[in-house]
Amino acid sequence: MTTVDDQSVGMSYLESFPRKLLRVYLPLGLITFFLLFPFYWMAVTTFKPDAEMYDYEKYNPFLIAHPTLEHIKKLFFDTDYPLWMWNTVIVSVSSTFISLFASVCAAYAIERLRYKGSRYVGLAIFLGYLVPPSILFIPLAAIVFQLGLFDGNLALILTYPTFLIPFCTWLLMGYFRTIPYELEECALIDGATRLQILTKITLPLSLPGVISAGIFAFTLSWNEFIYALTFISSSENKTIPVGAITELVNGDVYHWGALMAAALTGSVPVVILYSFFVEYYVSAMTGAVKE
Amino acid sequence: MAVLAEPVAAQVKRSSMWSRAFESRNFLGAMFMVPAIAILVLFLAYPLALGFWLGMTDTKIGGVGRFIGFQNFVSLSRDSVFWLSVFNTIFYTVTASIVKFAIGLYLALLLNERLPFKSMIRAIVLLPFVVPTVLSAIAFWWIYDSQFSIISWVLIKAGLLTRYIEFLGDPWNARWSVVVANIWRGVPFVAITLLAGLQTISPSLYEAANLDGATNWQRFRHITLPMLSPIIAVVMTFSVLMTFTDFQLIYTITRGGPINATHLMATLSFQRAITGGNLGEGAAISNAMIPFLVAAILLSFFGLQRSRWQQGGRD
Repeated sequence: MTTVDDQSVGMSYLESFPRKLLRVYLPLGLITFFLLFPFYWMAVTTFKPDAEMYDYEKYNPFLIAHPTLEHIKKLFFDTDYPLWMWNTVIVSVSSTFISLFASVCAAYAIERLRYKGSRYVGLAIFLGYLVPPSILFIPLAAIVFQLGLFDGNLALILTYPTFLIPFCTWLLMGYFRTIPYELEECALIDGATRLQILTKITLPLSLPGVISAGIFAFTLSWNEFIYALTFISSSENKTIPVGAITELVNGDVYHWGALMAAALTGSVPVVILYSFFVEYYVSAMTGAVKE
Repeated sequence: MAVLAEPVAAQVKRSSMWSRAFESRNFLGAMFMVPAIAILVLFLAYPLALGFWLGMTDTKIGGVGRFIGFQNFVSLSRDSVFWLSVFNTIFYTVTASIVKFAIGLYLALLLNERLPFKSMIRAIVLLPFVVPTVLSAIAFWWIYDSQFSIISWVLIKAGLLTRYIEFLGDPWNARWSVVVANIWRGVPFVAITLLAGLQTISPSLYEAANLDGATNWQRFRHITLPMLSPIIAVVMTFSVLMTFTDFQLIYTITRGGPINATHLMATLSFQRAITGGNLGEGAAISNAMIPFLVAAILLSFFGLQRSRWQQGGRD
């Protein structure tokens, strides 16, 4: 008789704890440590006074002897950081809503109206998703300049949808496909218009998909860097990532405390949002790959 | 009456034309597509074409360019910094992608085990992908600091080193340092998407293999890998695409230094086009990335086809 290996999926509960510790928990712990350490270091540096930050002999660098809010205070009151935060919020929220609106309409038309050539349009939109910002930013800079949008929030609000719409449309197409066609046919027979069908049947039923696309689009626009770096020049119009890296470094003087405080406080809003919608976020991320 | 009847009839006719138009799928479809297509044509398709054109001109910031054919490419082909950036980009993409795939797949397999607090662990693991890349890159910049690097400090305290490592001062150290930062950022994406793929594999396949006496390795090699290969193809295409066109990490941590040792094609094109003002030359460097991207896109396309075929789906 063959002994069933103790690592089989159905029998894994029989595995002894020490073995599982070595085989699963230890490597998992090491990788998690690697993935989380930069955040820990960010947080520790944010709340450390300068005296401790640059003196590893007297103080243990991993701990904070005298926690301080001095760096955060400096960041919020001596720099344009609140403005950057405000710009980032405005830009992310507006570009997310514009993209969601355009994507819902487009995905519905491609999946449900199935007009002539819709399949090819769907494919073209997917290809648009694969065009990276790093080959678009130079011509886009020329266009933004020509349209007179340079150095303003509108430049970012209008260009971020170029990578958000393809992604959201592709994701929503997948969700719309799962809604039974019969529901729409019933509504059509009862005399509903297409717009009514979209707003009263398809959208409510695919709400999880819309939330997923929205959350993911929001984090993507919050993280965007190259467009914001290229299209914005004055400090008060910058977003957090750009402001942190261009305004907090004076020549060779790095304000590490303030930099880390900016990194930490700039990440917290996204992380909070993410923590509330983890499942939606993951489904957006994996859905875009699987579909 | 007869005078009135005519316009009414026309009105009826026009309204029925409108309502017929709104019932027509093609017309309605076009209307629904307007917002998306308008934005994508103006800010995606047009710039893409404009980029091709700019790459063949000598446009400077604030000036009008002349068409100069392939002269930008000819001068780039004699430019050692450009070739260095091509080498760096390939090195960066290949090393980072291989390690990301290896650690990502391993992590996915670990997360697929029976674990307490599984969804919480998964949420935590994904954090590096969620947090703005530039902001976490600033943390790496500080970790790699030449005087206050925590890594150097720990290694010295452990007695493994006698002096601080020049992470970003030496060309090869700098290359490996940015590769590590890229791996850190990319592993969660690979792991979580592959985990989603692993969860779709039916346990009955493993049970059948167990009955036949398959070893761990055989189960991995003959069940997990083949079942996962379509999604691996797609995930790695995305990962390669993101790594190849990466800009943020390099710009934040090294700005292409020391002596151009970590310049990628994206950062070099930014430096030439925006910092240096030579839009034409910068666009030519961006265009030089396109052949690689097309190769990646074709790969993903065939990956998708294959996954549909394997799942027995249509369309």
